[in-house]
Amino acid sequence: MEKVKADHLQELITSFANKDVYIHLETTNGSYAAHTNEAFFNAGAFIRNIIVKFELGKVAGDSPHRIGLKLPSGWIYAQGITHYKLDEHGRLLMAGLGSEGKLAVALEISETPFTY
Amino acid sequence: MIKKERHVLVIFPHPDDEAFGVSGTISSYRDMGVPVTYACLTLGEMGRNLGNPPFANRETLPQIRKEELKNACKAMGLDDLRMMGFRDKTIEFEDDEKMVKVVADLIEETNPSLVISFYPGLAVHPDHDATARAVVRAIRRMPEMERPALYTLAFANNTVEVLGEPDVIHDVTAKADKKVATLNAHASQTVWMMKEMEKKLEELDPDALKWLNYERFYTYRWDQDFE
Repeated sequence: MEKVKADHLQELITSFANKDVYIHLETTNGSYAAHTNEAFFNAGAFIRNIIVKFELGKVAGDSPHRIGLKLPSGWIYAQGITHYKLDEHGRLLMAGLGSEGKLAVALEISETPFTY
Repeated sequence: MIKKERHVLVIFPHPDDEAFGVSGTISSYRDMGVPVTYACLTLGEMGRNLGNPPFANRETLPQIRKEELKNACKAMGLDDLRMMGFRDKTIEFEDDEKMVKVVADLIEETNPSLVISFYPGLAVHPDHDATARAVVRAIRRMPEMERPALYTLAFANNTVEVLGEPDVIHDVTAKADKKVATLNAHASQTVWMMKEMEKKLEELDPDALKWLNYERFYTYRWDQDFE
């Protein structure tokens, strides 16, 4: 993955619009966050291999970017995206990596299912 | 003194769970000629450490960790690794009975005299606790006389409050090199920690030396069952 080039990422996201695509979306603080800091409120969410068809996808803001996908009757968005890659399987992988290299958020779009 | 066993079955959910607190023990058993089976439930697919600049992404991390796990097993001299195909962070959401059966089948096949896993409720990560519950339940269902011993790891902040001090302490000083090699094999997870740890070990930091040279377990007590 490399740092987001907003114009290029926008082109890639648009290329997935208006077709059935598989989505991976997660946010995480890690499973140990409340162990190392007992006052920390640990929350996260994960969804994988859900099929959607979005009509409009946008890259917003300066880095870290926000990505929003407008669905016929709903929304998907991710905040904190710093890195991206179109991998050898044609999947668009986006991630938000903190300064220590730990993933905080991921949004991935693919025309074929992700592994289990 | 590490007691000789017929067969040791180690069950953890993540590649590297074995490295921190058990790799010296596993290496010791292997050098004693004791067969060790390591069932690793997931490939740590949800690991957060991808680097910045990144060395991996969400989709490539499992392959990297799989290779690291195999190399870690080589470092310990362990030749019976089972990768069980579950997904990181989902063990507690699997059907509980299915997880008990996974453990029961492993026990039936390998006939261990000792099982090593986590302590239910005191192992911090939800996958650790879920694995521990399945292990305890599977062994509990065996006739008392046939049950293998169960050594558990516990490291929740309130562990000593609940369980006191560990009753089994293995001196693995002679296996320190293998333990460090096992930890280094899991570089994607340990590279930063090991940099710090190696500095501490050079400075002969007493806590770091204790961590390296002694592995501590709680024998699971059926008279103080968790449920």
